[in-house]
Amino acid sequence: MMNITDLRIVATVACFVAFIGIWIWAWSKRHKNNFNEAANLPFEGE
Amino acid sequence: MSANNVSHQFYDDYAVRKFTVMAVIWGVVGMLMGAVIASQLAFPELNLGISWTSFGRLRPVHTNLVIFAFGGCALFATSLYVVQRTCQTTLQFPQLSRYMFWGYQAVIVAALISLPLGYTSGKEYAEFEWPIDLLLLVVWVMYIFVFFGTIAARKVKHIYVANWFYGAFIVVVAILHVVNSMAIPADWMKSYSIYAGVQDAMIQWWYGHNVVGFILTAGFLGMMYYFVPKQVGRPVYSYRLSIVHFWGLIFTYMWAGSHHLHYTALPDWTQSVGMVLSLILLAPSWGGMINGMMTMSGAWHKLRDDPILRFLIVSLSFYGMSTFEGPMMAIKTVNSLSHYTDWTIGHVHSGALGWVGFIAMGSLYYLIPRLYGQKQMYSIKAIEIHFWLATIGVVIYITAMWVSGVTQGLMWRAMNDDGTLAYTFVESVKASHPYYVIRLFGGALYLTGMVIMLWNTFKTVSMGQATRAAIPSKLVHA
Repeated sequence: MMNITDLRIVATVACFVAFIGIWIWAWSKRHKNNFNEAANLPFEGE
Repeated sequence: MSANNVSHQFYDDYAVRKFTVMAVIWGVVGMLMGAVIASQLAFPELNLGISWTSFGRLRPVHTNLVIFAFGGCALFATSLYVVQRTCQTTLQFPQLSRYMFWGYQAVIVAALISLPLGYTSGKEYAEFEWPIDLLLLVVWVMYIFVFFGTIAARKVKHIYVANWFYGAFIVVVAILHVVNSMAIPADWMKSYSIYAGVQDAMIQWWYGHNVVGFILTAGFLGMMYYFVPKQVGRPVYSYRLSIVHFWGLIFTYMWAGSHHLHYTALPDWTQSVGMVLSLILLAPSWGGMINGMMTMSGAWHKLRDDPILRFLIVSLSFYGMSTFEGPMMAIKTVNSLSHYTDWTIGHVHSGALGWVGFIAMGSLYYLIPRLYGQKQMYSIKAIEIHFWLATIGVVIYITAMWVSGVTQGLMWRAMNDDGTLAYTFVESVKASHPYYVIRLFGGALYLTGMVIMLWNTFKTVSMGQATRAAIPSKLVHA
């Protein structure tokens, strides 16, 4: 049976894994162009 | 469809303009209140013996005016401006943005009247009694519709990072406000919190610290991510870093609040969690500072003759400083010295005057001429003077509070050989007195700078006129 402490552990670990996932996602090569596009959004239309 | 190149679509800047001007006005009033209560601490006769003008009543007037009236109006103005420009579309539910402006001003005026009269729920930074809380909630729901409606209607694929920060600020403040304001009304202006004892304290400081985290940090980082690149004229240093430090802040800030309750009835493990998460918080905080600073690389020479850029960059230095100091003060052993002393006041003001104030002033100086069809502010010289007055003012203020705070901390813990206290409390008050006078001087310099900004704003606005800004035609997609 899972109790509230197990649930808290699962939630904490899930958050940590999600954060590492975001890190890997942000640094993966194939998003480079998308990020450059996004970074230039304030300057479009000038 | 007409074939000419002129777009017939316009940005909706009604609320942006109004919030911008009110941010400057409330800034002056709020900082004036700060100077008033600083004088009361230095010269207690200035309490005047009247309950309405006593320190205890006026202190929440000061904090609410500077955080929610000045800071809030600056955030509303810039977020509604930035979301339209970076989503390349006009504001959704424009009518709501008008009600939102007037509703929010009503909240501020209600606070201005009710707090000096003594109507307070007694929760720091959440003093409003329940009818005002409800009005604020209605305003916030309108904000959610306007802001996220505009994001949903965007004409571009990406949601620019500034909007992520503004969005987090909007969502989290809604949650914080609802949870911490839960109360049973006993009368029209009296209510009791539904929480009791240490749970009430924990909810309060979960709220209190996340107000710092999501209004004064996330919200103003949204400002930083638009106005720093714009004023420098180059995109942000690392978009990847902005993503990672955004999520870093989101995942950690929520857990840091218990560092406000070290050595209290709060369970020890909860205090330790708050301390550890506060230490971790240094990393994502500095991620934001480094990202802003590095955006300047190769353009540092611009600092020489651009006082607006100087406001923005010095704000990042203060952000770096106070987000280093904060985690240090969250360490229990350091906290046992610093807590309840003026060190805390010094820390808060290095963040509030140095980071929040400077980034907001820089962004507003960018915004004001553009909203009124002008190329630049009426007087660049005045911006320059404002910058130096504010910088010197902050440094004097926080140095005085550091010295006073450490003095208090050391005097309170000093013991004689027989275990009795070496100093009475009033001796520490006496020791602080000179620093209270110095603090008043620093605060007065900062206020003077803000008055100059108000004059400069008035001149710029009266020279120009509110112009409808057309969405650049190449951004208007079919």
